[in-house]
Amino acid sequence: MDGGGVGAVADRLRARLGPEVLVRDPVELATYECDGLGHLRAQPGLVVLARDRTDVAAAVTECARAGVPFVARGAGTGLSGGALPRADGVLIVLAKLRRVVEIDLDSERAVLEPGVANLAITQAVAADGYRYAPDPSSQQVCSIGGNVAENSGGAHCLKHGFTANHVTGLEIVTPDGGTVRLGGKAVDPPGYDLLGAFVGSEGTLGIATEVTVRLVRSPEAVQTVLAGFADTDAAGRAVAAIVADGLLPAAIEMMDALAVTAAEAAVACGYPSGAGAVLIVEVDGPAGEVAADVAEVESHCLAAGAFELRRAEREADRAQVWKGRKSAFAAVGRISPDYLVQDGVVPRTALPEVLAGITRLGAEHGIRVANVFHAGDGNLHPLVLFDADRPGELEAAEEVSHQILALCLAHGGSITGEHGVGVDKATAMPSMFSADDLDTMQMLRCAFDPDQVCNPGKIFPTPRLCGEAPGRRRGVHPLVEQGLAELY
Amino acid sequence: MDVLDALAAACPAGGARRAEPGDAVDGVVPRVVARPAGIPELSSVLSAAADAGLAVVARGNGTKLDWGLPPTTLDLVVDTTAMAGVVEHTSGDLVLRALAGTTLAEVQSLLASHRQWLPLDEVVPGSTLGGVVATALSGPGRHTYGGVRDLLIGVTAVRADGVVAHAGGRVVKNVAGYDLAKLFTGSYGTLAVLGELVFRLRPLPVARRFVQHVVPPAELSAALGALRRAPAAPTALELARRGDGPYVLTVLLEGRPGPLEARAAELAGQLGRPERSDEVAPPTWGALPGACTLKVTAPLAALPGLLDVAGRAAVAAGVAADLRAHPGVGTCLVGLPDDVVAVGEVLGALRRFLGGTGWATVLRGPREVRSTLDVFGPTPGLALMARVKAQLDPDGRLAPGRFVVAA
Ligand SMILES: Cc1cc2nc3c(=O)[nH]c(=O)nc-3n(C[C@H](O)[C@H](O)[C@H](O)COP(=O)(O)OP(=O)(O)OC[C@H]3O[C@@H](n4cnc5c(N)ncnc54)[C@H](O)[C@@H]3O)c2cc1C
Repeated sequence: MDGGGVGAVADRLRARLGPEVLVRDPVELATYECDGLGHLRAQPGLVVLARDRTDVAAAVTECARAGVPFVARGAGTGLSGGALPRADGVLIVLAKLRRVVEIDLDSERAVLEPGVANLAITQAVAADGYRYAPDPSSQQVCSIGGNVAENSGGAHCLKHGFTANHVTGLEIVTPDGGTVRLGGKAVDPPGYDLLGAFVGSEGTLGIATEVTVRLVRSPEAVQTVLAGFADTDAAGRAVAAIVADGLLPAAIEMMDALAVTAAEAAVACGYPSGAGAVLIVEVDGPAGEVAADVAEVESHCLAAGAFELRRAEREADRAQVWKGRKSAFAAVGRISPDYLVQDGVVPRTALPEVLAGITRLGAEHGIRVANVFHAGDGNLHPLVLFDADRPGELEAAEEVSHQILALCLAHGGSITGEHGVGVDKATAMPSMFSADDLDTMQMLRCAFDPDQVCNPGKIFPTPRLCGEAPGRRRGVHPLVEQGLAELY
Repeated sequence: MDVLDALAAACPAGGARRAEPGDAVDGVVPRVVARPAGIPELSSVLSAAADAGLAVVARGNGTKLDWGLPPTTLDLVVDTTAMAGVVEHTSGDLVLRALAGTTLAEVQSLLASHRQWLPLDEVVPGSTLGGVVATALSGPGRHTYGGVRDLLIGVTAVRADGVVAHAGGRVVKNVAGYDLAKLFTGSYGTLAVLGELVFRLRPLPVARRFVQHVVPPAELSAALGALRRAPAAPTALELARRGDGPYVLTVLLEGRPGPLEARAAELAGQLGRPERSDEVAPPTWGALPGACTLKVTAPLAALPGLLDVAGRAAVAAGVAADLRAHPGVGTCLVGLPDDVVAVGEVLGALRRFLGGTGWATVLRGPREVRSTLDVFGPTPGLALMARVKAQLDPDGRLAPGRFVVAA
């Protein structure tokens, strides 16, 4: 490490790559101040608009040399501040690396640059009867590199799995600027599953410069059931019955009355009127099985008290059913000036209790909460509504949002099912993991990034100093005590 | 205090004893064996081992101790069989939490009464969950259900220094923190000792049908292509070939009895009339072939060529290969006799054929074969792996020499 800071990195990169890849103009820099978690902002010291893997490796190498932190950015849709830049660091933007390198249908793989949009993969292979399975709601824009970093899911991951289940190969630029290939089109490379550990590491172990994913056959048949219930309890009973019967739908989504009202106002999705809860159940597979599954799903819904049932078999009808669900986040803007999106997970069987708890929390704090969630896997997305212009409301909303996570943990759940920890939830990590757990995770971090230049300050509330003997750290580190190192 | 006393004090319930010749791990006899009765005892045992600087190998039912390489040194075997039992199973959550010494068979019989299963084929009978995870062992069902890495959602492991660490959780969807469960899966006990494991489950299928077709070698590629485009949606595929015989393709279909018949009929339309159709698996299903088994992975499109190369290389080396491939996953097991020269030649031919697009390793076999040949072969990312090992086990005391990283 030779010091010199961002200025030195900028000079060297200008010389190595040419001025056109660098952004230092304050107005342009402002574009990169935040990701999808808009209330946290920082102006990056320097932005590198990488054109290819060579640019990425050069930028990382210079950062490592100067000891300057760097942050990768894909499409910037992350919801936990993972791509939040640093004033004393470099933001490496991968949005221009959008080449579909190879589609190999015979091997059922696609090889992609990291900036390729999630949906673009399916679009490239749909005509051949294939698709890329993980489908985050942000799929039109979010990048495959960002998906890898966040281990993104989607409504259909209940049956079809998350990003981690569909990535078989990565090329990564390690935090020292070197390049390593992990896996490829074939599965099970010898040695430790570093690929598995990298997926979901939120940009803290290096930058993915190429991603190889599985392509899967589109199912022969897909049918979607929309059911209206009096309340979330009844809808929850239907979910439990479907699962207990041994059915595994591709997706089971629930929206409560407030979320339905918002979606109706925004996109006129035509959901059953007066519903206290709406369930969307999608079944896919061989046609004969799907027909039988749908009949069973419908009978479970009726038995649980559904007052209206609709079955969508044609593509256009299914799109109409999904329209309300997919627009739900944005739609709450219609019923509230401001809102916080929470992302927590509970065991599916705890859903009724947790939903009741959320209602109670909202009432206690005078805050409305709209619930839209992946009921099949217990992944809640409570939307906590508030008006920032009313004194005290933001604080009350934040408190409710915070308490919801505590409720999830109390039921044996998780603080995040798909949006990641980032900066947003780093301080919540100790409520889910012990100091020893976090210390052990950071050993992996130290193996990849001993100088902690790669997206520092994310995931972990306190960094681990990598040089020390493992497992023997107790109390405040001497370097911190002496003011020689900073805990951030 | 004598090491044995220290270990006995560390696990009063489970006990510790002096090792016997039968405790040898791949030919290397330890000094002592400790049998912790739970995670707190496991932690105390590993702390005591750290204090005494002992080299440690964890052992479940000992069904796969001849996998990987023999330990370079060994003092202590940690027997996990007293650390057994299902801790939690809420059937409505389709999640199971169990201690690492529990056998897969025990778990399956418990789950069957709830019409559920942990969708992992029992490739080696008697395997404990810990052994299955440490070797990342899965069978043909991986095609649909994923491998161990895809099913393991939480882990409690004990580090070389005795510290207990958790990662993941008890819910099927969770992205909080690093996924150490994946890191430990297939790490052959070289990074930590597994204590408790949490898996996602699946409902048991209502009905199963194993449909077998005989495919002449010249028609293999076409048959696999037809199968890939078929709407029958197989749960799993297994392709078997012995010596220079024809290929036998087994297709597993799962679903409801009625639609299942229709799908099987549809498949017959694509592949011709089946040789055999049964509700129970053929005896070869998921089993490891040969006295020595190579595991080869390749891009799916390369599989027919790979099988051909394996068969020919075996003939050239004067032996018959027993091939078992999973064409939708891209894995192939090559069963060979206990003949180090022949195994070496087949391994070399496979690595040349793959040229870095896939990997050929010696999965198991006689010690002479494994200690003579390059068991793991070229390993991309080895330097990074060595750094991971150095972080988690800086003194190199966990299963030293058993896996890719020499320490
Ligand atoms: C409206 C909306 C709906 C959403 N719905 C879903 C959903 O259904 N499911 C879901 O899981 N998420 C969802 N998200 C969250 C978000 O879209 C995902 O996390 C997505 O994967 C982020 O991709 P990105 O390209 O925007 O990444 P960014 O926001 O740019 O970055 C996210 C993180 O990834 C890192 N990163 C980016 N590229 C790389 C790379 N090449 N190598 C290493 N690290 C990298 C960054 O440093 C950062 O830590 C939603 C977001 C929005 C705004």
